Amino acid sequence: MAKRSAPEVNAGSMADIAFLLLIFFLVTTTIEKDSGINRKLPPIQPPDQEPVILKQKNIFTVLLNGKDQLLVEDELMELKDLRKAAIEFLDNGGDGSCTFCKGKKNIHSSDNPDKAIISLKNERETSYAAYISVQNELVGAYNDLRNRRALELGSTAKWSQFRDMNFVEMQDNHKDVRFTGNKTKLKELIDQIKIEIPLKLSEVQ
Amino acid sequence: MSKFKKKKSGELPAVNTASLPDIVFMLLFFFMVATVMRENTLKIENRLPVANQIEKLDKKNPISYIYAGKPSKNYEMFGTEARIQLNDNFAEVSDIVAFINSERVALREELIPFLTVALKVDKDANMGIVGDIKQELRKANALKINYTTGKGDAAQNMQ
Repeated sequence: MAKRSAPEVNAGSMADIAFLLLIFFLVTTTIEKDSGINRKLPPIQPPDQEPVILKQKNIFTVLLNGKDQLLVEDELMELKDLRKAAIEFLDNGGDGSCTFCKGKKNIHSSDNPDKAIISLKNERETSYAAYISVQNELVGAYNDLRNRRALELGSTAKWSQFRDMNFVEMQDNHKDVRFTGNKTKLKELIDQIKIEIPLKLSEVQ
Repeated sequence: MSKFKKKKSGELPAVNTASLPDIVFMLLFFFMVATVMRENTLKIENRLPVANQIEKLDKKNPISYIYAGKPSKNYEMFGTEARIQLNDNFAEVSDIVAFINSERVALREELIPFLTVALKVDKDANMGIVGDIKQELRKANALKINYTTGKGDAAQNMQ
């Protein structure tokens, strides 16, 4: 009786448990992908080329000064109001050629989304964070309009397979390898929306 | 005889090594979770701003990274103004054209037009340096850029 020792714990299944965890993490880990706002820079103009003349009413000027204050069409504005103002400008449809615009058709604002240009100016002292916030709102304005247009088109018979899919989802699906729908048609629809509402956002220095 | 047998029972039992694999696995998990895959060693502060209207950077297309921000703690002798980092070293604005060209040389020819330049700029940097970078990229004819950001509400940036 005095020789009794503690019974040994069976550790044979420990390795299995460890492997189970290993496999769990292997399956659930995703390597972080970078994401951000895509932009295209304008090419450098040859010096002898005449600058294109635009109507003042088709330009929506956004100025971000060195103190990160926002000046939209020469009026001080809060960041949260910027998106609404930009949508109003793009969606105006002043010359009546835009069939899907729901704006006020004010003749002193933009003619149609194809002609409307947002010009974003900044100063050297502007902080990058503020600049990104403004870019984000302006891209958001375009995305909101494109989403609306995408839902409209989705409810027509021609594009009925993409019903209730907004523009951002369409783009995601187009990139997604697991998407089962017709990708060529989806691309066609995306391109059509991009032509109808082109992202004309110029960055001036 | 029984005398000798008694002696043996007094020896130390062998150390149980069954838990060794667990310790090793624990370490493995720790490093698995804590590892961040990063191509360059940063010598600058690089806290990205956040935005929500973002697109994923397509890894199918080639990407070059340009970092900018103020030098981090260990490199304070380089000043407190925002600086550019290309690959593993500080660089001047004028180096960007050469950098883009060297990136292009490394690519297959059919991929060259798809080269995207990801700008990873610290949120406390000012637009002066970003404007300079953009101007140089235009000179190098690398027009596809991406302002790399985190995901979140853009209004947080202003605080």
